[in-house]
Amino acid sequence: MSIAEQQEAASDPIAARRQNAKRRKATSWRDRWPPLAAVAGIILVWELIVVGFSVPTYIAPGPVEVVTTVFERWSMLMMNLWPTVLESVTGFVVGNVIAVLIAVVFVHSRFAERAFYPIAVFINTIPIIAIAPILVLLFGNGFLPKIIIAALICFFPTLVNVTRGLKAVNPATLELMHVLSASRWEVLMRVRLPSSLPFLFAALKIASTTCVIGAIVGEWIGSNVGLGALIIEATYNFRSPLLYATVILAALLAVILFSLVSFAERKLIRWKVDAAAV
Amino acid sequence: MGAPALAPAANAGANDLALRLDGVSVTFETDHGPLTALQDISLSVRAGEFLTMLGPSGCGKSTLLRTVADLLPVSAGSVSVIGQTASEARRARQISFVFQDATLMPWLSVLDNVRLPLEVGRGNGVTIDAPAPAEDLLAMVGLRGREQALPHELSGGMRQRVAIARALICHPKILLMDEPFGALDEIKRDQLNVELLRIWEETGTTILFVTHSIPEAVFLGQRVLMLAANPGRVREIVDIDLPYPRDLALRDQPQFIERAAHLRQVLETC
Repeated sequence: MSIAEQQEAASDPIAARRQNAKRRKATSWRDRWPPLAAVAGIILVWELIVVGFSVPTYIAPGPVEVVTTVFERWSMLMMNLWPTVLESVTGFVVGNVIAVLIAVVFVHSRFAERAFYPIAVFINTIPIIAIAPILVLLFGNGFLPKIIIAALICFFPTLVNVTRGLKAVNPATLELMHVLSASRWEVLMRVRLPSSLPFLFAALKIASTTCVIGAIVGEWIGSNVGLGALIIEATYNFRSPLLYATVILAALLAVILFSLVSFAERKLIRWKVDAAAV
Repeated sequence: MGAPALAPAANAGANDLALRLDGVSVTFETDHGPLTALQDISLSVRAGEFLTMLGPSGCGKSTLLRTVADLLPVSAGSVSVIGQTASEARRARQISFVFQDATLMPWLSVLDNVRLPLEVGRGNGVTIDAPAPAEDLLAMVGLRGREQALPHELSGGMRQRVAIARALICHPKILLMDEPFGALDEIKRDQLNVELLRIWEETGTTILFVTHSIPEAVFLGQRVLMLAANPGRVREIVDIDLPYPRDLALRDQPQFIERAAHLRQVLETC
């Protein structure tokens, strides 16, 4: 073993990591103030335009008015937020679980993949807006059609990504598992699923925001509760500040779901994705 | 170092055969008709022998290793590994394979990667008794203190050391190595060659080692199996009667250069 390599082996990786963490903290403010300043600037310009040009509230409310509405209508907004949360999160879980299970089947059966992949593509090409009324007719005004819509919208990106991820295994790694006499189940659990995690999370990040869209579209078609219903109601009654407040809440919901998925990704994937081929 | 745990396999007597190939042929079906990768290969390898395999691209060196590892079926002939079929030997964990890629699981620590062979295969009738302690194996390949590191924190040479430790955990009777140092720079390759000889002497395992490098083949092997291409067949088996332990200075000695020159001449006619 060379001297250089001994030094490499002796150097403390934990100390190096700690130093990195320190550096990250120091730079975090330097990284964060530009977007925060940009957002503050846009809000300011928005308020100035609305006040300066005396835009009527029902056409476009200023940010101050929107924020006031959020506080005044807090309980009503919350009452409508929870159904949307329930529908999006349930749809997210159901759609992604089914997608992962089907991806696993696809990887193990060329026949199943060839038979059902075109159907999955076809379902994906129907606009979600067009499926929504069909599902409402089929399943009524309850939570179920919204959950199905949210699930449908999550399903396809996850199916495509995870199928790719499960297949993106180094052929030599599969040979290794064969020499070790591993069963298909062991190959799935110990090689394919872990190595597909980066692909899965890429899809989950997309799904975490689109599932909210799915739930809201479902609520537009037939519902009296939920953020989608509130958007329709506020629009038809020219309650623009309420409309804006609802839209911002819906966006916040999507951002929170996205952040939760990103957090889980950072916790679960500690290896370098580029090194996945080693 | 856990000397007893890493001691040579008990029944590896000098006259036992580790491997016997009788008239082995391997044919692949391709779009352009059948392709003969190996034709009528017969070969015996003594237990504890270090055999290197050299030949031009496409001569079937890797194919030969893969038939011994039960990764490819033979089209004709028979493979006998410690008196068993390749499949039986695989299930008995008597064969280990080291690939050109380290093929480590990037999400497992170095220690867990070395222990992977203990975690899988039970469902397929694999029995593992008294594996070598993973910590001792890591110490043997010079990675003491890096047990908890993840593969991406290691250099290419260190990853290959982990792969060798993993290959040794079930005391294999035969270690198959398919250009394991082919992706490393020459300095690392030389170091690992020296270490591999040390490991071979410590463990007493039989090694079949595929390489593209003439100096590597001469430096490591007791014999060099030279294969010719199209179809892959045995061209010549060359004895390398240089005493062990061998060190890198040997490469500058006339007797080493002489043997390397001979291999080069044979290789030109392959």
